[in-house]
Amino acid sequence: MDHTLESLAAEQHVGGGKKEIWKVTIILSVLTLIELAFGFSMMGMQDGLGKHFIKGVIIILMLAKAFYIVGYFMHLRHEVRNLIMTVCVPLFLFVWFITAFLTDGNSFKNDKNRWDRNHLERSKEPMPKQDEGTHKLG
Amino acid sequence: MDTTVTTTTGSWKGGRSPFNVEYGKLMMWYFLMSDAFTFGAFLIAYGTTRFATNGWPNPNEVFDKYPLSDVFGKPMPLVFVSIMTFILIISSVTMVLAVHEGHNMNRKGVAKYLVLTIIGGLAFLSCQAWEWTHLYHEGAWWGSNPFPNADGTLSTTNFTNFFFTITGFHGFHVFSGVIINIIMLTMVLKGTFDRRGHYLMVEKAGLYWHFVDLVWVFVFTCFYLI
Repeated sequence: MDHTLESLAAEQHVGGGKKEIWKVTIILSVLTLIELAFGFSMMGMQDGLGKHFIKGVIIILMLAKAFYIVGYFMHLRHEVRNLIMTVCVPLFLFVWFITAFLTDGNSFKNDKNRWDRNHLERSKEPMPKQDEGTHKLG
Repeated sequence: MDTTVTTTTGSWKGGRSPFNVEYGKLMMWYFLMSDAFTFGAFLIAYGTTRFATNGWPNPNEVFDKYPLSDVFGKPMPLVFVSIMTFILIISSVTMVLAVHEGHNMNRKGVAKYLVLTIIGGLAFLSCQAWEWTHLYHEGAWWGSNPFPNADGTLSTTNFTNFFFTITGFHGFHVFSGVIINIIMLTMVLKGTFDRRGHYLMVEKAGLYWHFVDLVWVFVFTCFYLI
């Protein structure tokens, strides 16, 4: 059967309907609340392994939220497999993108601290107090 | 083997959309994918700069104000931005419900949920306007950062530069999303989609609106939580 706009509009109904919408709403709210709980638990915590671990958990929760929004609200899970692939496969470039750039930033910081002692000493100076509402532009 | 059967049913043999969606929706998906790369580039630039800098301001000390926080005299980190996050999630839900009513060709239902979505978008923009104004009065702007690093040392203006650029770019997306939703609402009320026999255009506007919510999930995590 040939496709027309009307037949496509009729075919795109597959999905869980209203029940699925409410289920995903609850999942998203709960995930946000857990994220916030972790955010509050990090306050006053010293930098270290524990804090990095919590940040990792928050990032995983963020990706889970992204999955539910794209998969169910944007309906991608109920689309044809080929469509899912053309949208999702290019996004794997982000794996390289994030790894390469964050590593580069980190090694830039280490090299600069090592070879530019003046920069390292300056970054240990306390910040001078600035009057409320003043803008040091430029 | 009857070859004529495969000719008419093969999804790439013509006559039907191999992806089972209409052209406009497919292009909306590809636009959103490219927009995801734009936002991704912004956020990765922010992350790279943060990794390349000694020390960084603590978001819990910077973003701990809310309207009337001076009256109550008690700063509360994360509270205001959590409200903004929930506003956007709820407006995303009302948008799905609008699309759902569109499937049932229920004109009044679509209009009702579109109105709620537009209100949600405007509420989010108002919250953001308040937050920007407040930060501006604290001395923060592009090129001006009054917040010291978490350990009290001298910070760079990169913190505020990235914050205003990225939340501003996201806010602009919310703004254009609200405009698109208002256009959809007028078309619904005029009965344009009933005459067409389908509400596919509302679905495309919906995709854009969910994407705005999706980006906020990432911005919220990168700037306020970690």
